[in-house]
Amino acid sequence: MKPEDILKIAEKEIERQKSYRFRINVCCSSGCLPFGALQVLKAFEDAIKEFGLQGECKVSRTGCVGTCSVGPVVLIEPGSYLYQNVTPENAREIVKNHIVSGRPVKELLYANEAFFRKQLRLVLRNAGKIDPLRIEDYIAAGGYSALIKCLTKMTPKEVIDEVIASGLRGRGGAGFPTGQKWNFVAREKNTPKYVVANLDEGDPGVFANRTLAEADPHAIIEGMTIAAYAVGAEKGYIYVRAEYPLAVQTLKEALKQAKSMNLIGNNILETQFSFDIELRLGAGAFVAGEETGILASIEGRRAMPRPRPPYPATSGLWGKPTLIQNVETLANVPLIILNGGSWFAKIGTPKCTGTKCFSLTGKVNNPGLIEVPMGITLREVVFEIGGGVPSGRRFKAVLVGGPSGGCLPESLLDLPIDYESLTKAGAIMGSGGIVVIDDESCMVDTAWFFTDFCVDESCGKCVPCRVGLLKMRNILEGIMGGEGRLEDLDILTELGEYVRDTSLCGLGQTAPNPVLTTLRYFKDEYIAHIVDKRCPAGKCFKTQKSVVEVL
Amino acid sequence: MSGVGTVKLKINGVEVTAYEGETILDAAKRAGIRIPTLCYLEGLSSYGSCRLCIVEIKGSPRLFPACTTPVSNGMEVITDSERLRKYRKMTIELLLSEKPHVCAVCVANGNCELQDLAREFGVDHLRVEREWTRQKIDLTHDFLVIDNNRCILCTRCVRVCDEIEGVHVLDIKARGKDSQIIIDMDDDWGSSKSCTSCRKCARVCPVGAIYVRDKPISETKDKNIAQFIISRRRR
Amino acid sequence: MSQIGKVSFATVWLSGCSGCHMSFLDQDERLIDLAEKINLVYSPLMDVKDFPDNVDVTIVEGAVGNEEQLNLLKKIRERTKILIAIGDCAVTGNVTALRNTLEKGSEEILQRAYIELADVNPLIPNDVPKLLRRACPLNEVVKVDYFIPGCPPSADLINYVLTEILAGRVPNMEGKAKYG
Repeated sequence: MKPEDILKIAEKEIERQKSYRFRINVCCSSGCLPFGALQVLKAFEDAIKEFGLQGECKVSRTGCVGTCSVGPVVLIEPGSYLYQNVTPENAREIVKNHIVSGRPVKELLYANEAFFRKQLRLVLRNAGKIDPLRIEDYIAAGGYSALIKCLTKMTPKEVIDEVIASGLRGRGGAGFPTGQKWNFVAREKNTPKYVVANLDEGDPGVFANRTLAEADPHAIIEGMTIAAYAVGAEKGYIYVRAEYPLAVQTLKEALKQAKSMNLIGNNILETQFSFDIELRLGAGAFVAGEETGILASIEGRRAMPRPRPPYPATSGLWGKPTLIQNVETLANVPLIILNGGSWFAKIGTPKCTGTKCFSLTGKVNNPGLIEVPMGITLREVVFEIGGGVPSGRRFKAVLVGGPSGGCLPESLLDLPIDYESLTKAGAIMGSGGIVVIDDESCMVDTAWFFTDFCVDESCGKCVPCRVGLLKMRNILEGIMGGEGRLEDLDILTELGEYVRDTSLCGLGQTAPNPVLTTLRYFKDEYIAHIVDKRCPAGKCFKTQKSVVEVL
Repeated sequence: MSGVGTVKLKINGVEVTAYEGETILDAAKRAGIRIPTLCYLEGLSSYGSCRLCIVEIKGSPRLFPACTTPVSNGMEVITDSERLRKYRKMTIELLLSEKPHVCAVCVANGNCELQDLAREFGVDHLRVEREWTRQKIDLTHDFLVIDNNRCILCTRCVRVCDEIEGVHVLDIKARGKDSQIIIDMDDDWGSSKSCTSCRKCARVCPVGAIYVRDKPISETKDKNIAQFIISRRRR
Repeated sequence: MSQIGKVSFATVWLSGCSGCHMSFLDQDERLIDLAEKINLVYSPLMDVKDFPDNVDVTIVEGAVGNEEQLNLLKKIRERTKILIAIGDCAVTGNVTALRNTLEKGSEEILQRAYIELADVNPLIPNDVPKLLRRACPLNEVVKVDYFIPGCPPSADLINYVLTEILAGRVPNMEGKAKYG
């Protein structure tokens, strides 16, 4: 296949789509499936048949629009009518009123318009709009034209320069400048080179990468192939959690389609460039998402991180130069190529360009998956997009960055979301998890919960993470059981700083954040536990743990 | 080493010339500067897990393990500071508290690298509660014993078995706090068909976790196990 | 009770083997110098029933193993200015705390000592102080000011630490704190 053939496919598909008066997009991603999305899909198909609308309506299974708490959701175009909590029963009603009579069913429409108002969907541009299992849909939406542009009109160096100009930074959490990383790999002489797409999203309550893979797998594949062209890699791996069966299945199908159209594989689109992608499934370890852990796992070894330097850019998979990027980073790349780096650099803040996907969960009215421009404040995210905490409760804190993020208090809600501001406040961008915590939750208990998670997930290699975190958890348990002493707080702080500064990999370096930030912003709760033997949220002291217990 | 380039760096303010690609630890050693180590053993691959050899490098807020970090031109390394001492002391304290290390009844008493480090850094008590673990003690081998309750998971035994003896009998199972050294596929040592009973594991164990039964530990420990390999590599 | 110009001094023996007290006595002729500075007010070597008030320095040997020791240690802490843990049992739990590694801990110990090994009358007594579920080092129960590890600590180390403390200095344990 040649580039022109792809463009022809696009034209043909666009023509075909124009022939439909309505598009009914039923979300069939992991959030909506358990609530019967497939039955809803079938009910729509049946209803379309019943009313004889096959020629005018196209019913598609699509990815997620983000309103995961009100699934199954159905998006009807034109007009972007979003129906929530759709059942097979009211599917027929929607078709009858909306499609046949032209009267949208108001009481079934998603009413929280604020959820979308401040969002900017770049990475998730196609999520909920295209059928992830049809490559033609992606191509018709402009997909793979960035790859064609790179292969036919740009040198690898020009591609890298465009990415550098965009200011794009790694979305995996650390925020390393993407273009610079590509440069490091590109200038290595050693071959073969590899590209690894990290989709080992292990944080509890985080589902941005999963949603992306389920909704728009080709964006990842295209971004990855462009990256490979830029750095001169010939083989790529998508490392995806085995716990994401739908994402795995979707990616598998997408890779097959891309290969059949010669968008990956040998001599892509009849050029000199060859790049193949293989899917690798994770075996369930959280630390396998760490960049050197992922390498060990792909090589078939225990997912244990190793010290850097040497960095993967010089010595990665099997000792060869390897580019590791989060899938969200890669999905940005086609847009940067098509619209230019300077276009992208205008979005967000000067130092943190573009957007970021967040999984907004916890005690918030509109939970779900959101994508916002960098620099938006936490207040806008929690109170405007999220709609604030449910009535009757009071906002207490927001945990930003997943299990090793930081708990930030109300006074910091006007903090703009960017790598530097979050780090300064003791949180991290991390995996993009935002958990809203209300006054029903105890901050000591919250810190314990996430520390306990990291204790379980520590690989056990380095002493600070293996032992230090364990001791921190034990001290927290003592405090929660009424055995705490004031000097415990000093030891907790000292341990937290020690684990943060001396751990081998990112897991240990960030794991103390929940403890350190709760100690910084909610020390009064610790003191209430220790001095007054009282839990302000009424959670603790249920299991009495005693060291000096008489037989 | 002829043909290998050299780099110049500063360690504790002293200018040091080092070979390209060698670690900070090697460069410091040649310059007569001691950096405390525990999981590191000359001749084995570096593992970087104990974090005792962490050093500061000017211009980076991070700390780097000297045993795995290669030198580079113009690098300025600090191997001793109040912060490093505090962190090293904490590491020793945590290792002592991770398992029921009771020196008084340990075979390695007086010949233990962890005990020596505790003394050197003045770790005179533990501020955190000790774990009283009940991990496996394997007495099934004719003369080799492993007591996991004394193991500090430095993996010297794993590496010497794999890299020097070449049989890879030992490895780690589980993860995090549950990590444990195992024989073959978590079998009893006595039933292992791959173990050559070479005792190298006992020779390199820095503590009293693996030892030769009925032998004074001072006779069975030997940190210079890979000397012949090291000297050959240097040629 | 305190003689003018002298430091009131107590030694206490909890769950330990008395080896640390022996090592204390091993200071030999240096004890004479020490005696000029201190006034011994409570010790297993003396016949004093209750732990006195306003003690300046107390050294405690042994881990906290039972209820009586727990109460005594708390009392000591209230009545002592400087509390020193002497020996590994007091510092880390040591041999005394090895029972913590047993599955049923104290119960298993009592079973073994009073039932299985009994020559006559196998019976767990109920007129002796109750064992704690776990034997603990002193600093898990009260605040401890100084630690002299060792099993036993050498007389030299004991002498060094006491000399420094009596002179109002903080002992530097680097290169000296040897467990075992």
